Amino acid sequence: MKKVAIIGVGQSAFVRKYPGSIRELAFEGFKEAVTDAGITAKDIDASVFCSAPEYDKQRSPSAVIAEYLGLNPQPTFYVESLCSSSSTGLKLAYSMVASGAHDVVAVIGLQKMSEISSAESQERMGRGADIQWESPFGTMMPAYYAMHAQAHMAKYGTTLEDLAAVRVKAATYGQINDRAVYRKAVTPEMFTNPEDMMSNLVSSPLRVGDCCANADGTSCLIVASEEKAKLFSKKPVWILGVGAASASVNLTGRDKLYGLKAAEQAAQAAYKMAGVGPKDIDVAEVHDCFTIAELLAYEALGFAEPGGAKDLIRGKETYKEGSIPVNVDGGLLSKGHPIGATGGSQVRTIVLQLRGEAGDMQVKDPQIGLVHNIGGVGIYGNVTILGNQ
Amino acid sequence: MSKKQEDVRFAKFGTVSFTKTTKVNDFIDYLENGKVMYTHCKACNADFFPPRADCCGCLSSTMEWKEVTGKGKLVSYSQLTFAPVGFEGDIPYTIAMVDYGDYQVFGRLDSGLTPETVSVGTEMTTRVNTLPNGQLNYVFQKA
Repeated sequence: MKKVAIIGVGQSAFVRKYPGSIRELAFEGFKEAVTDAGITAKDIDASVFCSAPEYDKQRSPSAVIAEYLGLNPQPTFYVESLCSSSSTGLKLAYSMVASGAHDVVAVIGLQKMSEISSAESQERMGRGADIQWESPFGTMMPAYYAMHAQAHMAKYGTTLEDLAAVRVKAATYGQINDRAVYRKAVTPEMFTNPEDMMSNLVSSPLRVGDCCANADGTSCLIVASEEKAKLFSKKPVWILGVGAASASVNLTGRDKLYGLKAAEQAAQAAYKMAGVGPKDIDVAEVHDCFTIAELLAYEALGFAEPGGAKDLIRGKETYKEGSIPVNVDGGLLSKGHPIGATGGSQVRTIVLQLRGEAGDMQVKDPQIGLVHNIGGVGIYGNVTILGNQ
Repeated sequence: MSKKQEDVRFAKFGTVSFTKTTKVNDFIDYLENGKVMYTHCKACNADFFPPRADCCGCLSSTMEWKEVTGKGKLVSYSQLTFAPVGFEGDIPYTIAMVDYGDYQVFGRLDSGLTPETVSVGTEMTTRVNTLPNGQLNYVFQKA
């Protein structure tokens, strides 16, 4: 298989309400990525646009965005896998380049969630579940993850304090990430103070503080062949492994709720392709849409044995100075979660880490990084492994 | 029913139904008769909940209906205090899943049952429920 690199990364600030249209939002991440890569739109052979379409009023948004970014007449494609859309886009771009079909591909992730209300947003996200059999019961994403939290707590003794500790860690780094939507400190006491919004139940046992916020945002990755990477880039970051898996939409098809099997399978595929294991990972970005999701990720990725995630967070092993730094950009819990842009933002963080350009968030001399990005409640599992060699 | 009439029985499922027409519309007739049903593939003996018209294992579409009966174990649950559009009137309600061994059933806890009185592993039964707006679903009760 041909070597494939990421030669440019870009991301807008993630905000509660972006004051512009989706094409203008896309421009922000694209401009940063092509500038980072030292190329122009003419150097890009194809583009892959990634979003969850129920938020887009524009039908087939890849077309207007390609036009606005100057990417005509090159082919443009549209891909969706809920919250992991841009990781799926990266896997497609990897395949397009590795096959030799294209040399340089832009992966543009985007979501402008603010055009609809929070309740409407929850209803649409609930419809990311099975609308025939489960949505009529009034499901929504926090409730599904809450069921996983309940099951994990019953199976392994994980506590509400462990969940809060994940948010406290996220906020530690969210405060130093100028692209994050939530930049305030969070303390464990906020989760036990009835006067504090963080302690308000959303869906038991998850509280407001256990949930990430909706956001508007975009991300952009420039994916290139080895030849083009060496031509354009002084610091290419290589794609070592791209693992993906799917699971039943209906929870009734899952064999457990105290873990996400699609994430485990995606991790196994990515590790095998990269020829590395969990102990080789120097820095990771995981899909912490809810605090429990980060703990599930530790176990799916092999950073902890089943049931051992709580010990990692209690021992602060996933802090920047720990044995396996995770989400040292604040994660989704701090950055916010603009569905289609999230995976690309995670990849951007790891690329900057591997290039030694992560500023205050930089971990010490990472060689291999990992991105774990989940679509829906474990429907789509995506794990990407990147290296600077 | 005349040929031109659309079979929209499934619109009666749940507080808000997002589906009107399905090959398993008979599920609603069974609910109206107090029965929660799953489908069983007559060709390969696979059981399906939620019910389906076609078997992905052997590609047969020869299904028979069977009733969800007896006790299952509570896999997990969560009480919602914030609801999506259309479900605000139901708050608080508790979604849950029960494992019957050969299949699992996703639904809600009976509204008369508080989450504090159950735990993962509690034995449950399933019964048909009529919602205040006249729609039908099913709920879990302690066995």
